Amino acid sequence: MITIREYKKAATLEEAWELNQKRMNRVIGGMLWVKMTKGNVGTVIDLSGLGLDKIEETETEFRIGCMATLRQLEEHPGLAAYSGGAVKEAMRHIVGVQFRNLATVGGSVYGRFGFSDVISVLMVMDAYVEMYKGGIIPLAEFVNMPYDRDILVRIIIKKNKASFSYQTVRISKTDFPVLTCAAAVTDKDVRIAVGARPGKAMLLIDRQQLAGLPVTAAGAQAFAEYAAQVIPTGNTNRGSAQYRTHLIKVLAQRTVLEAGGKAGC
Amino acid sequence: MLINIVLNGKKITREIEPDLLLIDFVRKEGCFSVKRGCETSNCGLCTVFLNDKPVLSCSLLAARADGQQVTTLEGLQEEAAEFGAFIADQGAEQCGFCNPGFIMNALALFRENPEPGEEEIKEYLAGNLCRCSGYEGQLRGILNFLAWKKDKKRGVSL
Ligand SMILES: Cc1cc2nc3c(=O)[nH]c(=O)nc-3n(C[C@H](O)[C@H](O)[C@H](O)COP(=O)(O)OP(=O)(O)OC[C@H]3O[C@@H](n4cnc5c(N)ncnc54)[C@H](O)[C@@H]3O)c2cc1C
Ligand code: FES
Ligand code: FES
Repeated sequence: MITIREYKKAATLEEAWELNQKRMNRVIGGMLWVKMTKGNVGTVIDLSGLGLDKIEETETEFRIGCMATLRQLEEHPGLAAYSGGAVKEAMRHIVGVQFRNLATVGGSVYGRFGFSDVISVLMVMDAYVEMYKGGIIPLAEFVNMPYDRDILVRIIIKKNKASFSYQTVRISKTDFPVLTCAAAVTDKDVRIAVGARPGKAMLLIDRQQLAGLPVTAAGAQAFAEYAAQVIPTGNTNRGSAQYRTHLIKVLAQRTVLEAGGKAGC
Repeated sequence: MLINIVLNGKKITREIEPDLLLIDFVRKEGCFSVKRGCETSNCGLCTVFLNDKPVLSCSLLAARADGQQVTTLEGLQEEAAEFGAFIADQGAEQCGFCNPGFIMNALALFRENPEPGEEEIKEYLAGNLCRCSGYEGQLRGILNFLAWKKDKKRGVSL
């Protein structure tokens, strides 16, 4: 556990950002990950007083404040309807309800964890990260950017004509995933994001149209086999690279077929 | 730093260290039902309600609960007594170590969803680990409790 010299509930984003420029200080979202780290923190910067805990839905997009909890994402009717249940499926296996009532979307995305269900499902959507100083950045780009000391303000999901599916393999309920796979079928392309490889989630767009549009069973299998060839995997104590590559074949096929079925194509 | 918390319905003001966790705060206030079962935010034993939502008190700074309502099993005696006694009568648990967190989260479930199905119960309580029971006894106990409550409501005596 960390030790903390001072606690500050930021009154403005500017104050949070300024405090965060000191190396000894640390922003906290849900603090679940920060708590697992060691060391001495000067000031913890609490973002919970900034009103950034809401999910707003408009005709064209969702705007999710960084302090919205994973449980809020899981239970949001608009997100459930738009994602065809994929967002809920991505959240509901993360530890437990009590945990998800604390863990935030901001901490989850800023952390850029390889195992992240949150990033995996958002990556197949038209999703963006709004940083206080850095502006609006596509999520797929943000995930591979180096860590800096900016503040993640919100996640933006643009609504497109698309259907989604999400599946994972876990050794036991509530454990970290061995592999995650999200799929989207839009009117333009088919795409998957594979996470817990164990590296960060990777987006693969079916540029060769192997899956077909409309998606066919044989097409989904061909795209899944291609994905297994090109997406790198590695060994951890939860599974070997070989096992993960095999799982890509299975989960990519299933999620693409499921999303294709929801799209009615 | 100074914080104000409504703990089990009683407003208290205390001077705390910035890194004091809520679990240690409520235990200092005599709420010994709240226990630490892990160091990794995984077991659910430390569950309390923060403004009526179940959260892990081992993972939340007491400072963050400033100005909020915190409820532990001690503050839910009436609501918990009926369910707790029923679970004990059913022999649903073994050592009982997981019991406080399990009861808190089951009560949170009943508040959100008064008639949950088997899958909904399993999903809601997935974050409450038990080292002994294999969960079957607890699941049976909850299902029997819900059936008993339903009968009681309909005026059926057992
Ligand atoms: C035991 C355990 C099991 C887990 N299992 C899973 C799992 O199965 N699947 C999964 O997807 N995730 C899992 N997670 C990760 C979890 O879901 C959260 O992603 C994680 O805890 C981070 O969220 P947080 O709100 O707690 O962030 P914090 O711990 O508060 O912060 C994480 C990092 O982000 C920074 N930060 C937080 N908010 C901001 C912001 N707005 N702007 C800039 N920086 C910020 C912090 O300084 C820190 O570096 C697990 C975590 C734990 C501890
Ligand atoms: S003590 Fe285990 S989750 Fe809090
Ligand atoms: S009955 Fe022993 S830990 Fe649950």
